[in-house]
Amino acid sequence: MGLLLIISAISMGVLGAGLAVFLAFADKKFQVQEDPRIEAMLGLLPGSNCGGCGYPGCRMLAEKLVSGEAPQNACVAGGMETVAKIAEMLGVEAAEHKRMLAVVLCKGGYAESERRATYRGEATCTAANLTGGDKSCTYGCLGYGECVDACKFDAMAMNSNGLPVVFYDRCVGCGACARACPRDIIEMHPEDHRLFVYCRSRDRGAHAKKVCGVACIACSLCVKDCSVQGGITIKDNLAVVNYSLAPQNDESTRRCPTGCILSGMEEQVTKKNFYASLPRQAG
Amino acid sequence: MGHKTFDRGIHPSYYKELTSSMRVETAALPKTVIIPLQQHAGAPCQPLVKKGDAVQEGQKIGDVQAFVSAPVHSSINGKVKDVDLAEHPNGSRVLSVIIDGDGTSREWKAGGAPMDTSALTPEFIRDTIRDAGIVGMGGAAFPTSVKLAPPKGKAIDTVLLNGCECEPFLTADHRIMIEETDKVVWGLRALMKATGAANGLIGVEENKPDAVEALKKAAGGHSDIRIIVTETKYPQGAEKMLIKAALNRKVPTGRLPLDVGVVVNNVGTAAAIFEAINHKKPLIERIVTVSGNGIKEPKNLKVRIGTTFEEVINQCGGLAGDAEMEVLNGGPMMGVAQTTLTVPVLKGTSGITVLTAASIKPLKYDPCIRCASCVEVCPMALMPYRLGDYGRTARVAEFKDWAGLSCIECGCCAYVCPSKRPLLQWIRVGKLRVRIEAARAKK
Repeated sequence: MGLLLIISAISMGVLGAGLAVFLAFADKKFQVQEDPRIEAMLGLLPGSNCGGCGYPGCRMLAEKLVSGEAPQNACVAGGMETVAKIAEMLGVEAAEHKRMLAVVLCKGGYAESERRATYRGEATCTAANLTGGDKSCTYGCLGYGECVDACKFDAMAMNSNGLPVVFYDRCVGCGACARACPRDIIEMHPEDHRLFVYCRSRDRGAHAKKVCGVACIACSLCVKDCSVQGGITIKDNLAVVNYSLAPQNDESTRRCPTGCILSGMEEQVTKKNFYASLPRQAG
Repeated sequence: MGHKTFDRGIHPSYYKELTSSMRVETAALPKTVIIPLQQHAGAPCQPLVKKGDAVQEGQKIGDVQAFVSAPVHSSINGKVKDVDLAEHPNGSRVLSVIIDGDGTSREWKAGGAPMDTSALTPEFIRDTIRDAGIVGMGGAAFPTSVKLAPPKGKAIDTVLLNGCECEPFLTADHRIMIEETDKVVWGLRALMKATGAANGLIGVEENKPDAVEALKKAAGGHSDIRIIVTETKYPQGAEKMLIKAALNRKVPTGRLPLDVGVVVNNVGTAAAIFEAINHKKPLIERIVTVSGNGIKEPKNLKVRIGTTFEEVINQCGGLAGDAEMEVLNGGPMMGVAQTTLTVPVLKGTSGITVLTAASIKPLKYDPCIRCASCVEVCPMALMPYRLGDYGRTARVAEFKDWAGLSCIECGCCAYVCPSKRPLLQWIRVGKLRVRIEAARAKK
């Protein structure tokens, strides 16, 4: 009995030692040389894997940054701070980084555009959009909050009127909400854009107004009021702002009959004051 | 002996008895018609008329140069009220010609016996079909003339007429086969002539023995036409399933029936081809089954294209009660719920099904229990539980990899799911996301 134990211990020991030597050899022989900067770069990135840069995750972007394939300001979520750090590490001058923000271009909530049918299917916007949606306006926000679900930064919520609200203190501009919206209502804009047409309806004015109280009716008053020629144009029954020309002030918004063109980034909602404004729930 | 059929599929309740023995009634002339310029798969038409123009019944009002397209015609005499975006049964707003009728109508007929199909040239038949704006009337609305022009090197040996009508509630094709049998057979012969096919088959489910009888009698003189009686199973009327049942040929993934030498057309399309060639009548009306427990008097109605659902429903006694209703463009399996009744009847509208909301269970689903019931019934041999999740969670690349785009949207998966998961809706979401992604990539 004693002998058997000893033989087992020795044979296992020899086997283990042999394999250990092999592994030690393999570790040296097949070692993957990874640029240590990738790991360091990954440490600088936000680690949210939001996909706003266009790569599948932060690690991929770190690799591309180190190899020089991605521009140093590719990370949208990190902001200027991250861009500066990346530039420092890569030993280049920090490029200009404009903060992007999500803008919800629809103001027709439950109060402005009523529901003409009862939708009982899966409660997501894309699913509801298959039948054209239950709202009278076929271009407006469906209100099932797929954009809110897509936001990884806790920077959106649905308000009581069935419209998404962006918290500008938290939005990093990754664009996930814009990609999630089946009706392309959310657009990404640089921080300095101020003038927005909050409507996506391509219907003629009469119909647009019938189905929604705050629709763009393509009356072209804003086109006339804009001090720069071509700053605002009408395309497909919808006013379109040309951001390289139009002054970002309220000169063209004053006579808008429906109030769908507004200047100023939408009330500058922050997460704190949004939730503070909600009526307190009992208990 | 069992009848011919395909693999998998389901046996839903059919409810065909509501209208299957009712003769087709001609609907009253509509006062206003809304004729969308896109009623077919392919490129939308450009309007040929403008506001204020007087139009005649059968006048071409929209056309486009694209190969995959079909012109549209005015279905009534009257005046163009507007050319504007209008509600379309697919849920979006589509450029449409809105015509106010003057209450008059013309007759479409020709003296004498129908033309001899063997005397016609294939080009003449194809051009007439294109000019008459004929599209697949089973629902998909694919332009028929395109099907008849196969690319070089692809020979067609069989024309298969689809008279299965497997969708519950719908009986429009059933009535066409009984009441317009000769037109159907003549249309089939014209299609055979146009494609050079030697065989003509008509596939009918065995739950329509009267149609089989009538067709056998009408086709009796033609040795190259056979009637195939198939098992009553859903979705027997999907073209790939019918090809499998009738000819035991399998259409490869992503390919068309003409890759296996077959052209499939609906029986209604064949009847429309008869009228287009013999009566010079474009596709301006069609037979629509209006049925369901939300309709007072279910009917088979011959309706002008562009008549609103509201008007059609009113001619069937209106809605049964004031309660909430679900109105479907098509039958309950594949039909799409409508959010407004101002949508028009299209060339591809085979039925309007109205169900009381009380008879529809609210959507409440449980987790997938991996029972594989959906896999067992999927006629396309897909993995619906998987595709559904990929659609729901927006995993577009995987959705494509698992052949989500081959889904024929028959809805068997959702029908059998014990957890009541809305699989079809999710798969449709997945398909929509593929389209959205492709459109964004193009931009």
